[in-house]
Amino acid sequence: MAASIYRSWGRFPQIDQRGEPLVWRTDPLPGPGGEEDASLLPFGNGRSYGDVCLNRGGRVLDTRALDRFIRFDREQGIIRCESGVLLAALLHLVVPAGWFLPVSPGTRYATVGGALANDVHGKNHHYAGTFGCHVTAFELLRSDGSRLVCTPEENSELFSATIGGMGLTGLVTWVELQLRRVQGALLKEESVKFSNLNEFFRLSELSDGNFEYTVAWVDCVSRGDSLGRGLFARANHDSSEYTGRERSDKPTVSVPFSPPVSLVNRWSLKAFNAFYYARQRERKRVRTLHYQSFFYPLDSIGNWNRIYGPKGMLQYQCLLPGDDGRKMLHEMMSTIAGSGNGSFLTVLKVFGDKSSPGMMSFPRPGVTLALDFQNKPDVFRLLDRLDAMTREVGGAVYPAKDARMSAESFQAYFPAWQEFAEHIDPGFSSSFWRRVGGEVL
Amino acid sequence: MSQVLIIGATSAIAQAVARRYAEQGANLFLVARDAERLDAVADDLVVRGAAGADMLAADLTDLDRHPEIVAAALDGLSGLDTILIAHGVLPDQHACEQSAREALHSIDVNFLSVVSLLTPLANQLADRKAGVIAVISSVAGDRGRQSNYIYGAAKSGLDTFLEGLRNRLFKSGVHVLTIKPGFVATPMTAHIPERGALWAQPEDIAAGIIKAIEKRRNVVYLPSFWALIMLIIRSIPESIFKRLSL
Repeated sequence: MAASIYRSWGRFPQIDQRGEPLVWRTDPLPGPGGEEDASLLPFGNGRSYGDVCLNRGGRVLDTRALDRFIRFDREQGIIRCESGVLLAALLHLVVPAGWFLPVSPGTRYATVGGALANDVHGKNHHYAGTFGCHVTAFELLRSDGSRLVCTPEENSELFSATIGGMGLTGLVTWVELQLRRVQGALLKEESVKFSNLNEFFRLSELSDGNFEYTVAWVDCVSRGDSLGRGLFARANHDSSEYTGRERSDKPTVSVPFSPPVSLVNRWSLKAFNAFYYARQRERKRVRTLHYQSFFYPLDSIGNWNRIYGPKGMLQYQCLLPGDDGRKMLHEMMSTIAGSGNGSFLTVLKVFGDKSSPGMMSFPRPGVTLALDFQNKPDVFRLLDRLDAMTREVGGAVYPAKDARMSAESFQAYFPAWQEFAEHIDPGFSSSFWRRVGGEVL
Repeated sequence: MSQVLIIGATSAIAQAVARRYAEQGANLFLVARDAERLDAVADDLVVRGAAGADMLAADLTDLDRHPEIVAAALDGLSGLDTILIAHGVLPDQHACEQSAREALHSIDVNFLSVVSLLTPLANQLADRKAGVIAVISSVAGDRGRQSNYIYGAAKSGLDTFLEGLRNRLFKSGVHVLTIKPGFVATPMTAHIPERGALWAQPEDIAAGIIKAIEKRRNVVYLPSFWALIMLIIRSIPESIFKRLSL
């Protein structure tokens, strides 16, 4: 059987997913599929990691051809486009006009609709909140055929349920966004070495007031005195003119196929993490770089997710609030380092207190940790342990990166889930939702 | 600034070509059947940089409306210099075998409507002694196969028409480009489930079309490996070919 073209970025779970390509935003939703469970779920560009974009037994609505712009106010920086427009295409259009995404995730190959449905965040969360904070309006097409324009004022409950609503409230056909002014395509970045988690938190406090973007790479292998050492990146948009080569919207190199076994293992992890930390000799390095290099370093390697081999990977991103959260982060990092599992890129970021309009939005004040794991049995046990720690401090795990959390955990992380469930379109469902949205027995 | 007429402007390949012209600041005139869809395409092109994107919704099998289309396009553009003909339907071969009406409809859309449009349009360009006419044909026109010979016959007729037109217009400085895409992942082919390595994206085909127009190519296979595939298929002797199921 041919491999399904509908996969999530983690390549787990791998299911034979049926899809319905959508071409025109004015078209009605496809009719009943003829089988018992013909439920629908919008699918963007498959950049979420787990099963939040999959609908086993049902159908996904492939929105990739809904990639048209509708209008762009170049003075006010307001853009309206169809939901399948890639962030890359949007940036290609707006950066030369002096505008930028108000919030950008770590890949520019996500769609605008996917960014809204997962209420994505970026390195500027402490400054700008989530993607949903900048959405001014969208149209929602429901399975009863109704088309609702949702804004903070009009259909405000559906507005709030759909931002971060994981595609379950209906199909978003178009989105209107308020962009952010920039002088050019460049950013000025400082990379500062830190030797433990306390230093990380101090750097965050010192930097968040002066830098729009802050994020840290952390060594997830080292233990003892070096636990939580890493590189802290902080940056602002820069007004100098970009004079380098013309940038492409496509990856520069690509992982051509999935190797038979994962290239990420105990030894490669140790070597990479040590190398990456040691690569920067000086304590602080300053450079000016193109937005693509700053925001999307992994986008330059096409299909990087294939390095985890045929079984794919599991991402884990949690949010740990308050002082308890900081203490718990130490414990979590040593649990991960002790397990021998982990990833090349482990990310830490302190979220700010700007709240999202999204009812089910993941970000909230606290520290967030994100890393990926090779898919193997002991990792599931490890992640269950991490979930227990997250729950202990009243934190949350990011649905867009999840393929395995329990219903019990999900419902603890997202106390508004029952209120949200009332807004779900009866014709829509997802693998993720059926796993976590039922009653806990 | 290019002045571009696109017939069948809501097709996936036409949209991808139109976006490239829009980014260069071209002025466009769009024709397709569905007014709502045309609106969506025109808005997109204007945001992407088109100087203008005027349009007319018309059923192209209604040949009586062709003079109106030609007049509106000439009126909407200031000095037409580039024409892309991109409309077409991939008929259900089985239905065409059962019904002459179905078969003739496919010939109407894929062949006769192009002849009807290009006859006056070609004369316009010939009078002005400049311009390019680019027409999307298909590899299916290279050889009649049991699986799609009605479509193939229309495209083959189209190829011969374009060959003659190219020959005639050469002295006027008007260029005619025949485009033969292979398998392209578009709504027209969405019902075909198996998508192997031979399938191309509309954006790749569009890039090839723009390049072929710039280089004044005569006949171009897109992606280019189809030239080799079709060379092989064309060189199979008929006595063998008729036994094959391709």
